[in-house]
Amino acid sequence: MSGGTHQGGMSLIVRTVTRWLKAFILLFGIYVVLYGHVSPGGGFAGGVVIACAYILLTLAEGRERTARLLSERLAAVLAVAGLLFFLGVGLAGMVGGRAFLDNFLVGDSGAEPALASGGIIELCEIAIGIIVSMSLFLAFAVLSRFRVSLGDGDETATGEGGAS
Amino acid sequence: MALLGILLFLMIIGAVIAVETRNLLSSIVCLGAIGFLLSIVFLFLGAPDLAITQLVVEILCLVILIRATIHRRVETVAGNREFVGLAVTVVMLAIVLMLAISMMAGFPSLGTSVLDRMAQAPSHFYLLQGKAQTGVTNIVTAILLDFRAYDTLGEATVLFCAVMGALAVLRRSARRRPEEGDAGDEGEGGAE
Amino acid sequence: MIYGLCLLLIVVGLYGVVTKRNVVKIVISLAIMEYGINLFLVLVGYRTHGTAPILEEGMMPETLVAQSVDPLPQALVLTSIVIGLAVLALMVALCVRLYERYGTFDVTEMKKLKG
Repeated sequence: MSGGTHQGGMSLIVRTVTRWLKAFILLFGIYVVLYGHVSPGGGFAGGVVIACAYILLTLAEGRERTARLLSERLAAVLAVAGLLFFLGVGLAGMVGGRAFLDNFLVGDSGAEPALASGGIIELCEIAIGIIVSMSLFLAFAVLSRFRVSLGDGDETATGEGGAS
Repeated sequence: MALLGILLFLMIIGAVIAVETRNLLSSIVCLGAIGFLLSIVFLFLGAPDLAITQLVVEILCLVILIRATIHRRVETVAGNREFVGLAVTVVMLAIVLMLAISMMAGFPSLGTSVLDRMAQAPSHFYLLQGKAQTGVTNIVTAILLDFRAYDTLGEATVLFCAVMGALAVLRRSARRRPEEGDAGDEGEGGAE
Repeated sequence: MIYGLCLLLIVVGLYGVVTKRNVVKIVISLAIMEYGINLFLVLVGYRTHGTAPILEEGMMPETLVAQSVDPLPQALVLTSIVIGLAVLALMVALCVRLYERYGTFDVTEMKKLKG
C-alpha cells in the first residue's frame, strides 16, 4: 500500500514472502474445503482462503503477473462452472426417481469418516469452494482495476499510476 | 458468561468508534476489530465453523474496504446532519432499543436452546441422524449440504449474483477508462 | 443481558446507517448491523457449556444431542456471513461508482449535485 514502489506490486520483501507463502495458503484453503465434513471448515471458509491467496498475489505482484496464473475471464468461467456443477450434482440425484439434491452416493453409514464418506457432500463442498473463491477473487480484481484507472484519471500528479 | 459480556462490550465500543470517528481508515480498522472479536465470540459459543469463516471473511472484507478507499484523499466528511434531526434520531433509536429489549422478556433465557425446550425440534433429528444418513461427522456441514442443500444452492446463487452485480456496476467505466480520450467520449455518448 | 448487548450492537449499526453522511461509513455501519444479527442468531442456538456439533471419534449421536449446541442456526449463519461479504463487495463497487460520478462520498453533497 504505502510501500508501493514497484510498478504494479509491493516491495521486494513482500514479494519474496508471498512467493514462499502462496502455495501454503492455497494448500490450506484446499485442505479446509476437502475436510469440511469431518472438521470445522468447509466450502465457504476454504473458498475465502483460496480467494485470499490469489488476492495476496495480486497485491504483492501486481495484476499482470497474477493474470498469467488466473485471468479474470478464467475466474468467471470457473465460477459459472462451479455453479453448474453444483446444479448438475443436484440433477444427477434425480436420475433414479429420487429428489433433487438427494444424496445418492452415500455409502454405508457405519464406516469411518473418510474423504468420500459424505457422498455428494464432498462434491458440493468442492463446487461451493470454487464458486466462492472465484467469485470473490473476481470482485476484488474488478475493484482493484477500477482503483488503478481512477487514480490515473483523477489525480494528475500521481507519477506512477499503477503503484500497488 | 462474563467473558462473553466483556467481549460483546468491547465489540460495542469498537462499533461506536467505527461509527463516530472522523478518519475513514481507522473506522475500517475498527470494523476489523469487531469482526475478529466476533470470531472469538463464535468460538466460545461452540461454533468453530463460524469462527473460521468469520476470520477469513473479515480479512477479505478489510482488504476490499481499504483498497476501495485508501487512495481517495479521504476527505473527512465532518459532522452529522443538523442537530435537531440527530437528537430525534437518537431518541427514536433508544425507543427501538427499549422495545427490542422488552420483547426479549418473553424470550427463553440464554443457554437454553431449542434442543432443551422441544423434543420435536428438527435439530434433534439432525444431530441423531446426521452421521447415519450422510456419513459426515460435522453436523453443520451435514445440514448445510445434505438436509438443506437446496438452501445452500440458493445461497451460492445469491453470492454469484452479488459478485456479478459488482462486475456489472464497474464494467463500463473500467473499459472506458484506459483509453481515456476518444473512446471515452464514445462511451459517454452511448451511455447517456 | 447478553441479548441486550447484542441488540445494542445492532442499534449502534442502525444509528450509523441513519445519521452518517459518508457512504463508506454507511457501508461499515451496515456491516456492524450484520455482525450483530449473525451473533444474535447464534446466541439463540447456544446452550450453556455446549460443545461444537461435531462427532468425535467413537462418540455416540445421543451424547451429541445431550451436550451439543444447536447446529441449525450455525448452518444458516455460515452462509449469511459469506453472502455478507459478497454484498459488501457489491456495496463498495457502488460507492466507487458514486465517487467517480460525483467526486465525493458525501450523501448530502450528492443530493445537491443531483446528476
